[in-house]
Amino acid sequence: MAMTRNADAVAPVRSSGPLSTWITRHLSTAIGSLGRLVRQPFASLMIILVIAVTLAMPAAINLIVKNARSVSGSWDNALDFSVFLKQAVSVSEAEALARLIRQRADIDSVKFVSANDALVEFKRQSGFAEALDQLPDNPLPHTLVVRPSAGNTSASLILLQEEIGNLPESDYVQVDTEWVQRFHAILDIVRQAIAIGAALLGVAIVVIIGNTIRLDIENRREEIEVTKLIGATNAFVRRPFLWTGFWYGLFGGLMALALVYYGLFMLEGPVAKLSGLYQSNIAVVSLDLKEGAAIIGIGVFLGLFASWFTAARHMRRIEPR
Amino acid sequence: MIQLENVTKTYPGGQDALSGLNLSVDTGEMVFVTGHSGAGKSTLLRLIALIERPTGGQVIVDNQNTRRVKRRKIPAYRRQIGMVFQDHKLLYDRPVFDNVALPLIIAGVSRRDAGRRVRAALDQVSLLHKEKQSPQTLSAGEQQRVGIARAIVTRPKLLIADEPTGNLDPDLSLEVMRIFRRFNEVGVTLLIASHDISLIDRLGCRRIALDEGRLQQEVDPWQ
Repeated sequence: MAMTRNADAVAPVRSSGPLSTWITRHLSTAIGSLGRLVRQPFASLMIILVIAVTLAMPAAINLIVKNARSVSGSWDNALDFSVFLKQAVSVSEAEALARLIRQRADIDSVKFVSANDALVEFKRQSGFAEALDQLPDNPLPHTLVVRPSAGNTSASLILLQEEIGNLPESDYVQVDTEWVQRFHAILDIVRQAIAIGAALLGVAIVVIIGNTIRLDIENRREEIEVTKLIGATNAFVRRPFLWTGFWYGLFGGLMALALVYYGLFMLEGPVAKLSGLYQSNIAVVSLDLKEGAAIIGIGVFLGLFASWFTAARHMRRIEPR
Repeated sequence: MIQLENVTKTYPGGQDALSGLNLSVDTGEMVFVTGHSGAGKSTLLRLIALIERPTGGQVIVDNQNTRRVKRRKIPAYRRQIGMVFQDHKLLYDRPVFDNVALPLIIAGVSRRDAGRRVRAALDQVSLLHKEKQSPQTLSAGEQQRVGIARAIVTRPKLLIADEPTGNLDPDLSLEVMRIFRRFNEVGVTLLIASHDISLIDRLGCRRIALDEGRLQQEVDPWQ
């Protein structure tokens, strides 16, 4: 077809390099979508807050479990064990043995509990005082409560317990780890429950973002129709909504992180006080880098998934009339 | 440029918008389609723009049979055609410049190149000085000229317009038609639906009259 315009005027529509075009397009769409969120600060903030709370909940519970595990883990390491001595061992022999064990490098302290003390204590705690009074003699042995030093590994602990258990004076070594195991089993159940709860909350986030994007699409229906009319592809009209979902997810994730850190900050004081009361070194375990990245990553993923899912569903239905 | 062969369009409910229409528009022509509302003018343009597909017959635009344009390929197809609408179909949330730039952005033109072309297009409709304004602040005639600038910014070979002067007074209508005429002079093929016969006669273009979806009359001042 003959065109009589100058060379510039008849030049066909030519795009610059495909990659740079692609990046430029996305960048400008990303900024455009961000601008839309900023122009409705209250509505955007509400949605971001909902996403943040929904993300922060499982993260916070997970952190509590992690802390419980770490605290009980430290109990696990510094676990006292009781050495019940043979009935024949006298008080002086027992005290001598306690002194001997105390000198070992791998032992922190040894507390001697005489059979009489043990009986008094047992009467007080059990409520069987009268029944116990009927007994002709004290059935309880002398006991050494041994606290291994902090340098012990779990393997050296077992060796230590065996070694002391093999002493001629000792009858029986009791390591009271059963409750720790039970506690850990409970924590595992809580952890499982979090996983299930987190999945449900993830669905909730998808629904929240999806619904917001759906309303956004409805509000911009005319714009979508016009752009399609002048040759926009589904991908083109979908792009700003994908970016909106991305921003919701990103800011939701960041705010969730902020909420968790704020919670940790609020707990720092009380934990330090508790730690002081127990004269121990309980420190709050915070999120590590991987977990922080995971919260943001999950937020972004859910945001993108929700917006992609919604936009793909609705965009095809909006055609120029 | 445009060939319609025995084209029929039946809407659900049974009424025929077009029945057995044959029509040919050569490259470089400026052709008007007239007729009462409901005569099938809009349907004809909608078939060419692939907003709808014919029930029967062939619509061939720039050697492409629209029947063979797959759904996925419709956007690329539409980008070859400039479209002007009676209600302008501008986006009121962005300035004039962005409205005109939209087809270029869709086509993936870089911002720098787009700026030059947008200004060239705005210059052709004498609205260069209003590029930063919102379309809402413009008069109906100016809004239509923005619509025209948007239609021609990608330099399409074919421009279709559905009642482009439907909302304009006679003076503004004539101005819009003069703009179309200038595009035609540089080789753009135009197909314009209008009912303003007195205006069309002043321009001296081929005129196709439709009635109830059929070709009723064809007036060609050159023959």
